[in-house]
Parts: sequence; C-alpha cells; structure tokens
Amino acid sequence: MRRRKKLALIISLLAGLHAVVLGAGFFAPYDAAAQKRELPFAPPMRLHFLDERGNFHLRPFVYPVVPRRGSYTGYQEDRSRAFPMRFFVTGAPYSVAGLFRARLHLFGADPPAEVFLFGTDGFGRDLFSRMLYGGQISLLAGLLAAGLSLALGLVLGAVAGFYGGWADETLMRGAELFLALPWLYLLFAIRAFLPLQIGPAQAFLLLIVVIGLIGWARPARLVRGVVLSARERDYVRAAKGFGATDIYLLRRHVLPQTFGVLLTQAAILVPQYILAEVTLSFLGLGVGEPVPSWGNMLASLQQYYVLASYWWMFLPGFALVPFFLGYSALANALHERVKAVLI
Amino acid sequence: MTNCLLRDLAALLAAAALWASPESLQKPVEKPREELLLNNAEIGRYGGQLVVSLRSEPKTLNPVTMTDNPSKEVIWRMMADLVHINRFTQQTEPALAKSWKVSPDGLRYTLKLRRGLRFSDGHPLDADDVLFSFQLYLDEKVHAPQRDLLIVGGKPIAVRKLDSETLVFELAQPYGVGDRLFDGFAILPRHLLQKAYSEGTLAQAWSLTTPPEQIAGLGPFRLKQYVPGQRLVLERNPYYWKADRKGNRLPYLDALVFLIVPSEDAQVIRFQAGDTDVISRLNAENYAVLERQQQARGYTMSDIGPGLEYNFLFFNLNDLAARSLPQIARKQAWFRQLNFRQAVSAAIDREGIVRLVYQGRAEALWGQVSPGNKLWANQALPRPPRSLDRARELLRAAGFSWKADGTLVDAGGDVVEFSIASSASNAERTKMAAIIQDDLKQLGMSVHVVPLEFRALLARVLDSRDYEACVLGLASGDGDPNGDMNVWLSSGPQHLWNPGQAQPATSWEAEIDRLMQGQLTARKYSERKRLYDRVQQIVAENQPMIFLISPHVLVGAKNGLGNFRPAVLDHYTLWNVEELFWRGK
Repeated sequence: MRRRKKLALIISLLAGLHAVVLGAGFFAPYDAAAQKRELPFAPPMRLHFLDERGNFHLRPFVYPVVPRRGSYTGYQEDRSRAFPMRFFVTGAPYSVAGLFRARLHLFGADPPAEVFLFGTDGFGRDLFSRMLYGGQISLLAGLLAAGLSLALGLVLGAVAGFYGGWADETLMRGAELFLALPWLYLLFAIRAFLPLQIGPAQAFLLLIVVIGLIGWARPARLVRGVVLSARERDYVRAAKGFGATDIYLLRRHVLPQTFGVLLTQAAILVPQYILAEVTLSFLGLGVGEPVPSWGNMLASLQQYYVLASYWWMFLPGFALVPFFLGYSALANALHERVKAVLI
Repeated sequence: MTNCLLRDLAALLAAAALWASPESLQKPVEKPREELLLNNAEIGRYGGQLVVSLRSEPKTLNPVTMTDNPSKEVIWRMMADLVHINRFTQQTEPALAKSWKVSPDGLRYTLKLRRGLRFSDGHPLDADDVLFSFQLYLDEKVHAPQRDLLIVGGKPIAVRKLDSETLVFELAQPYGVGDRLFDGFAILPRHLLQKAYSEGTLAQAWSLTTPPEQIAGLGPFRLKQYVPGQRLVLERNPYYWKADRKGNRLPYLDALVFLIVPSEDAQVIRFQAGDTDVISRLNAENYAVLERQQQARGYTMSDIGPGLEYNFLFFNLNDLAARSLPQIARKQAWFRQLNFRQAVSAAIDREGIVRLVYQGRAEALWGQVSPGNKLWANQALPRPPRSLDRARELLRAAGFSWKADGTLVDAGGDVVEFSIASSASNAERTKMAAIIQDDLKQLGMSVHVVPLEFRALLARVLDSRDYEACVLGLASGDGDPNGDMNVWLSSGPQHLWNPGQAQPATSWEAEIDRLMQGQLTARKYSERKRLYDRVQQIVAENQPMIFLISPHVLVGAKNGLGNFRPAVLDHYTLWNVEELFWRGK
C-alpha cells in the first residue's frame, strides 16, 4: 500500500511539472521570442516586500531595471517607481498545445514595468518564459523519441523472442551493432547529410526521429528476454495446443508480460532522450533561433563572456533537475512494482 | 615635388609630406655606408620579449603564397616592402626605398634603395633582389595572390634596374593609388629563393618546417624556432634598417613569441591570465569581461573606434536561369524589387544591433565605407532612422499585402518567407541575423536563420549560388577603394550578390563599373573621392547590400609596453612592433 502511495505521489509530481511546461503560455509572463532590446543580459529581478521606508507589503512589487548610465551591461533598479506584481493579467497571446488560444498569464506587472524572474538573455528576452517554452521542445522530444524507441523495441524484440531462429539472430546482432555505435558521431554524420536549410519544426521532427531510431536496441533486448521466457510458459503452450494463432498468443499472453519492463524502460529513456536533445541543441544540431529549447538556451554558455559575466544563463540547466529526479524515482518505483508482481 | 597624389593627400590632411621629411631623419648613422631610417617614436630600452596569440598555425612563411591571416601576421614581422603605408597615419612613408619620384604623366616611378641594407642572414640587398621579387609576384605560374594589384590597364607593371640602387617601375596607364602600390610586396632574398624558383617549387618553399637559417627577410625579426601546434619564436634581426632618434638600432625587443591559441575565448583567458602581452580581434563582450579586471590584472584595454570592416545583408540577385534552383528563382521576384530591399533596410534596427551585439562598440552603417575610414567615407549619404511605417509603405507600393494574421504576401498571394545564411563560427553575425529575423517578423516576413560552416557558406554564395540571403562582412584592406575593386566591379569575383558577370546586369551596376574604373586611373585624390562618393551613393540608393554596422577595433596590452599605438588597419597591434619596448619597473 505504501509503495502504491509513493508511486502515485511521484506520478502526480511529474504530471504537475509537465502541466507547467505544457501550459507555458499561461505560466510564462512573455512570449519566448519577444525581444526587449534595451535590456540585454539584465540580471534576475528582485521581488520586494519591503519598500524604501521599510513598510511591509503582502503583494510583492518590483522596481524597473534601467541601464546604468554609460554602460551597456550594467543595470540598476529605478527605485523612484515601484510596480506591484499582478496576477491573472492579460498579455501576449499564446496557444496551449495548439488547442485553444488565450491571453491570460499567471503573473505580470503593469506596463511599462516588466518582471524578469530569471533575467534576460543577450537579446533581452525573458529567460523564465524561454525556459518554460524551451521545456516544451525538450520534453516533447524526450517523450516522443522514447515512444518511438519503445514501439520499435517492442515490435522487434517480440519478433526476435517469439520466433527465434534466424530472425532472432539477425535482429539481435543488429541491436548489438546499434548499441556499439558512437551515437553522437552518428548524429553528426546524419545531420551533415540532411539539408541545412530546414525550419524549426522540421529540425525538431528530425531530431526526434534520429534519437528515437537509434535507441531501439536496449528495449528490444529486454522485451526479447521477457518474450523468450513467456512463450515457454505452460499456459502459452496450452493455448498454442488449442490452436491459437501467433497474433493471439502475442496479444493475449506474451506482450502483456512485457509492459512492466517497458514502463520502467520508458521512465529511464525519457530523461536520457531529454538529455540527448539538450546535447544536440547545445551543439547546434537541434531546433534553431528563435525557438527556445533547454539545449540551445545553454548553448550560449559556450562563450567565455557569458560564462564569466552572466550567471543566470545557467538557470535553464537547473530545470532538468526536478524532471530527472522525478523520472528516476518513477523508474525505481516501477521497477519495485514490477518485481513484486512478477514474484 | 614629385608625387601629385601624395601632395594632395598632404594638403588635405595637413599631414607631413614624407618626401620632404627632414634631411636629419635620413642621415646615415653607425656605419657611414648604411642608411638607417630614423623614426620619431619614444626612445625605448632593449630587452624582453613580446608574447602574442595566433588564432591558428600559419599555413606558410612564404610571402608570395600567403593568404591566411595568421601567416600574414607572422610574415610581416619578418619582411619589409619598398614603400610602406603607416598603419597609424594611413599615409605612405619611405621603407626600403629611401626616396621615389614619379614622372609628370604618372607612368613611371623611380625608386632609390636605401644604401648598405642587409637581409636578416647578413647577405646584402641590391636592386637584383627587388627585380627578382617582382618577377615572382608577376609570374603567372607562381599564382601570387597579390599579382592582380600589379596589373594596370591590363598590362603587368614593368620593372627595370638603372643601377644597383635605382629601380624604375613602368605602368601602362596612370594608377590612382600612386605610391601605395608598393605596400604589401615583401622584398625577397634572391640568394635563398632563386633555386626553388628555377626548379618550379617556389610555392612549397619556406614552409613552417624550413630550417630558420634558410629564411631571411628585411623585417625587424627573423625566425628562430617553430614548435608544431604550440608556438613560433622570432628573434631580433640584428641588421634591421630602422633606428630611433638617438641612432639605437631597432627593434628593442629580443624576441617575439606567437602562441597558437585556437579560439577567441581561449585567447581572452590566456591574456587575462597574463600569458600573452597583447590582444586584438576580440568581440565587445569579451572586451567588457577583460575591461572589468584591467586594474587588478595590470593591463589596459582600448577601443580605438570603428575599423574598416563593414557588415551587411544581401540577397541572391544572381541570374539563376541556367541553374536548377526554382525555389530561389521564385523568391528573386521579391529580392529584385528595389522597394523590397529598401523596406528591409528601413525595418532593420541598426542601433539595436550596435547595442545588443556590440554593446555600443560599433557604428551603424548606411554605406560601404566605415566612418573609421575618414579619407573615403561619403558624409552626404542619407542615414534614415528605422521606420516600420516607411517599410510597410514601400511594400504596399510594390504590391505586397498582409493577411489577417499579419503575414506578408506578395501580389500573387505567396507568403514571403526566406532564409538568411550566416557563418556559424561568427557569433556576432549569427546574432545580427537573429535580430534582423525579429525585425522582419514585424513586417510579416517569415525569416529563418541558417548558420553554416564558413567555407560552406562561401561556396554557396560564390559558386553554387544556392542561398536566399546572407549576412557577411568585408574589410577593405588599407581603406583605399582600389582594394575593393573585386567587390564593386560587376565582373569581380567578390561582387557578392551576383559575382563574375559577363555584362553588367543592371544600368546602375554598369555605372559603378565606369566610376570604379575611373577612380583607378584618376590621379588626383579629389577626383577619385568624387567618383567613389558617387559609387557609395549609387550603392546606397540601390541597396544591393544592406549595410548594417562597422565594429570598433578593440585591443589590449599589458601595462608598461612602450610605443604601443594600435591602429585601425590590419595587424592592429603589431604594425610598429620594432618600436615596442618594455618600460623599466
């Protein structure tokens, strides 16, 4: 019972995190591509509760940042005007998962003030908003690629395990080949062959397909193992003796046994593929400007001056942490559950 | 007075005419037979070494075949030319030639060599070495990249020797650059290169692995050691022909060390750590990082104002009929419309680029000549501020319209969408492209930025012509319009928007051709300026290139480096390396 509660907790936590990213338009105060050109590399803003005279305000407020005189990178707070934070404000239009359009944002401040919780990047774009929108790309890439890998792994693993013989040999040797490939270099090679002038959407799909196609080997091997033992069970043999077709056997008796393994694999693969997307985008092989992803947001850290001067540019990297912790806890919990069921 | 062009320049700038430089500056010192050139820089102290970083290993040490920047940077510390353009004043001054005369028709230059000079291996220099050097540069089989500069009026310049120290250069027609012609042609030792030349292996001569004693030049330093992948060490040339006011032979420094540091970031870190003494070619962001610590770390950064580099956006205006690029050919219907190009120009936020990409260390640009090039910039060019309204007006007048969601469509109802290629290794240009992308989005244009590897980008622009628009930058060598002939002539290989045309594609390109040819042979500066002003005006009106910005030249040096006078011309920091010295502690 405790185990079950734990699993539910982890799943609801992950679901919450995903919901925030999915609803980026609502949680982010600004559009991911909106440039505020007067404020490049503005540091994260402070939310104030105490005003100049030391009075406490329940509603936090911000002071607008203004460039320091004669400097393009130094900023200071303009303490002459305070702008209280507003909640449920109307702002830039957005759409949620392409389903419906809205203009309502969780928070904001009265114009002309702006709230840059995590500061801005080199184009004066709100890093917090970009981080949420960037998560959409990174998470979706991770989920879709994991789905693709698992589907491929399930089919190929089941065929190899169920039929054995030359099909098994061929597929498993192929899987070993894929496991041995230095995948990063392979991705570079594939990307080099493809046309360079592709839009962000195509680049994104390409990324998913490439990551997903390469990763089928490990789930396929696991599925094969499970199928191999499942097809020798007495009730499977009995069903076969009664004249059940292969499709029926797989669907009714064999594949259901693999679901536990698959789920655990999914929980392991998703963060791995999120990281793959981050890596590829970091190296410039992912989606391009101005569409954000966690990887291409971190890419600016390749430049020494960003590293040396603007610490808040690291923040998108921390977004990965709760997701990774959540997924690995999920994998553990699932693993325990699967073990319990099998035993 | 012998040199018309020089006189004009001198009058215009009130700069010292070097022909008339005081006798005392050229009187022989030390050995009576040797005519050293005395200079006016601060008198320094001998000793010490200067460490600088190079972005990559030089490809060669051969001045006849050098094309890459690192090679030039090293080679010009070891070589010298007959007449030199002072990188600081941008005026010519005597170098190996102590004086020269030009005939009244401008067709014949008579140069007198400085007496008693020796190569860095001690071998004496005479007129035959000069003849030999120009023979190499002019030989078609050698493929010297400088060769084109010696072809005037379709004929190569003829070089004759009058006596062991007098040479005559004969031109087929007057040459607008005048004595600037001689800058950039290193005089080479015949005794070391004759063999390679007669064997036809000159292109392979003087590689990095050549033993140092087989390389000699007339520059302030000579090769001492090369450690592959790490460094090149040059040592003082004991026979160098310049001295300070007191007659101390230059250079002051014992050694010049080039470290191979392959990226700008690594160079910045090495400079910050004190491993290198001088830094140049750095971007504004890195400059800001270094500037913050200059007190604590004991170096000084300086912004010496706009350089000669100009950055621009251009559209593919090639005739693509013979190439199978239907997608691009369709979009050219927009690119060819003057209104379209003008609208793009009006929508670009140049000040935003200056601020976001260069932190204010750049100048917005409306013509090809950077404000840093005061001799040639056309000050009368209009500098319209950014105006989206004007851009929309221009587009509307050309038949474009907007859909309900703000998307721009052409008269045929096609959505206006194109890509801008930029060099992936140049973070600034990619950032500029991203800003332009956002600017044009406000006109309803859908623009993709495509960062490409630099050579792949050039191959697309110059050869396959498979691109839609591109952000690039050029730097005019010494600021003279002649250096940009290959950009502005419609037949030029770097006429980027439509290179190497057999016939000028448009009437304005034909007019630019005429004007550029005219300035080539006009002998008065005022006349050349008038012609080049008109070129700038035509280019600004027709917008084949949409000029963006010209970055400042940013440099830094350790404190205590005497005579450090960075210049906006190339080799920004090392052009006067012979004068540099370390002040005592």
